[in-house]
Amino acid sequence: MVSLMSGNEAVARGAYEAGVTYAAAYPGTPSTEILEELARYSAVIAEWAPNEKVAVECALGASIAGGRALAAMKMVGVNVAADPLFSSAYAGVNGGLVIVSADDPGLHSSQNEQDNRLYAPFVKLAMLEPADSQEAKDMVKAAFDISESNDIPVLFRMTTRVCHSRSLVATSPRIAVPPRAYPANLLKFNLVPAMARRHRARLEVRLKQLEAYAETCPFNRVEWNSAEIGIITSGIAYQYAREAFGEEASYLKLGFTHPLPKAKIREFAARVARLYIVEELEPYLENFVRGLGIPCIGKDKIPNMYELNPSIVAGALLGGHAREIESRPAAVPPRPPVLCAGCPHRGFFYELGKYAKRHNLIISGDIGCYALGMNDPLNALDLCICMGAAPSMAHGAQKVLEAGNSGTRTVAVIGDSTFFHTGVPALINAVYNKSNTITCILDNRTTAMTGQQDNPGSGTTLQSEATAAIDIEALVRALGVQNVRVVNPLDLDKMHQALAWGLAAVGPSVIVCKWPCNLKRMSSDESNEYMHGHARLAVAAERCTGCRMCLNVGCPALSFDDDAGKARIDSGACNGCGVCGQVCSWNAVVSEEAAHV
Amino acid sequence: MSDVVSIMLVGVGGQGTVLVTAILSEGLVGAGYDVKMSEVHGMSQRGGSVSTQVRYGRKVHSPIVGVGGADILVAFEKMEALRWLEYLKPKGSLIVNDFEIPSVPVLLGRQAYPRGILEGLAAQAATTVVGARDIAAGIGDTRVMNVVLFGALIETIGLYDIDWDSVIGRLVKPAFLQQNLAAYRAGRRAVARQVRVEEANA
Repeated sequence: MVSLMSGNEAVARGAYEAGVTYAAAYPGTPSTEILEELARYSAVIAEWAPNEKVAVECALGASIAGGRALAAMKMVGVNVAADPLFSSAYAGVNGGLVIVSADDPGLHSSQNEQDNRLYAPFVKLAMLEPADSQEAKDMVKAAFDISESNDIPVLFRMTTRVCHSRSLVATSPRIAVPPRAYPANLLKFNLVPAMARRHRARLEVRLKQLEAYAETCPFNRVEWNSAEIGIITSGIAYQYAREAFGEEASYLKLGFTHPLPKAKIREFAARVARLYIVEELEPYLENFVRGLGIPCIGKDKIPNMYELNPSIVAGALLGGHAREIESRPAAVPPRPPVLCAGCPHRGFFYELGKYAKRHNLIISGDIGCYALGMNDPLNALDLCICMGAAPSMAHGAQKVLEAGNSGTRTVAVIGDSTFFHTGVPALINAVYNKSNTITCILDNRTTAMTGQQDNPGSGTTLQSEATAAIDIEALVRALGVQNVRVVNPLDLDKMHQALAWGLAAVGPSVIVCKWPCNLKRMSSDESNEYMHGHARLAVAAERCTGCRMCLNVGCPALSFDDDAGKARIDSGACNGCGVCGQVCSWNAVVSEEAAHV
Repeated sequence: MSDVVSIMLVGVGGQGTVLVTAILSEGLVGAGYDVKMSEVHGMSQRGGSVSTQVRYGRKVHSPIVGVGGADILVAFEKMEALRWLEYLKPKGSLIVNDFEIPSVPVLLGRQAYPRGILEGLAAQAATTVVGARDIAAGIGDTRVMNVVLFGALIETIGLYDIDWDSVIGRLVKPAFLQQNLAAYRAGRRAVARQVRVEEANA
């Protein structure tokens, strides 16, 4: 059967067909759907891990026990998982082990643009790079075989446009792969220095073996057309080059990209008059080709940052620009993403922003929807670097501020899923090192930014089984935090009081702002607990003075009717959270029913 | 050179560009075309500017085009038409929804919503303006605005032979099917009527 699949769906399908037993991931754009799709196959154990390091370690354990295993993550997740990854290359595998890295050229949803192909030679892994969904499916199947026959984990490197574009895929049934026996030689997975030294040399032998495989691997193929121009390329960049040059060039399309095929590259280069290297981000292929002493044209023409597309490749290498319509997109007012109408973070940030105007605060943020708290008009977030960093950056900053007798205080802002990810050790540090920081855990009962995934606090597993929900308040108290409060962030007075209390406390304090994400599909219990009495709101025109105070909450359901000189609420968007009504001095925000009386 | 047609849909996160992209792709696959489509997930979905692309033909390589590469640009919102206009080929067709969604800087009064957008667009590209919101409101559900624009797109590219009714039936929940089919037809009529007016004036 042939159907349209995203690259992520195709990876899931390929892993399923390859007989994968176990898969784990932490959600992260553009990788999230891989595990969501795998979870639909009842023959596969699919789990959300609290972070990428745990996901890779679980997958490694599954491999050691003899099952085929996969871990998936966005590119920055590989940094978190780097520790087990580096050493697992030494130990090797039992069941095939595939690590998917979904890179994000163009930083659509990421805090940096790292090119994770560079991990392959650094960690010493085999690497595959698909260019569309069919390849994603075929390559993931092959990846398990490559992993097993070469005793090495495979890095499966994708990018946003491969993950999130759909193309046609032919599917086939699942292969029955019986679990391999657990190896009798226990020293294989025991990297004490004496063993690790032996594995170190063994790893080089395995890489040599893979180098030979790269020469014959069907994913490294040549398309002969004109001998005038030869293009060496991999991943999505192949599609852009193919689009820009058509049959005016020959292609060495590389799919197995670590180790690279030296002889194949030399042979291709020798047969073309001019050699281009077309790749997104870093000159990974180019440096290798140059290292072989082969002259080529690459990053001197093609940008080493942001996404490519066919127009950029054509412009860089063919010269001249396609005729374009004159337009000035830079002059169009921007449309940054915003916290949704009814988002529970809004009340929190509104109060925190007010506080920050009157007191000197450094607000240390983290990765999630709440990073949007930095935007106008909330303006209540100063830092956002990586997952789990909010409490630790706040701690370091607070220590230096205190050492300099500065009155500035630091507030950490972190989501529930991010707290479970790597925030817990950061809070342990705050307790241990006597921090005077305030940590606000925005517990919206889900992993919101990536699209409502369950997490250790939500009470449900990826495959929809009921499970223990970790109680954040109890966890925080167990870590030794004495000052703990749980508040409803949509209640502005309570939120204000909690912030004042936290800033007055001695030692670390934690405020758990607990309210579910507006987009969360709530259980009936949650609905009764949280949404009881919520009704859509409207502006009572006779009371509204047009002061625009309500617009300061930055809700997309609110706008201002210039002709009438009054605020307006979009009833289709409003969920009745009531934050704007608490800001209004004229009691002009009322229930829809009351407004129409 | 290439028989590939490139369609770009732009709008504001939450306007339903993804459903239209899905309907379009599904129908094209059923008709035997090679199809690639590209969508954006993640942070920009939160009310930000979003774009999706669909490309179809005998053999499609890239899932996206760059600046100056789209044959058809469908803008679900006026200001977004302005933002993405550079992606349209000089001889391409623009379909724009006569509908404004002010962005936060506009709501806060930091920047003004641009005036005279439709006139400006018409001066630069072959432009069809569709009052999709009013049409959808007439059907009784403003949420089907996206499928009105889908109908307008189909009338513009002339893919009449595909059984779009059944594709829509597969992708829309049964409870919403009637209003979506009505929206599709109304979108097609809105463009057909304009074409007839232009022919009469020519």
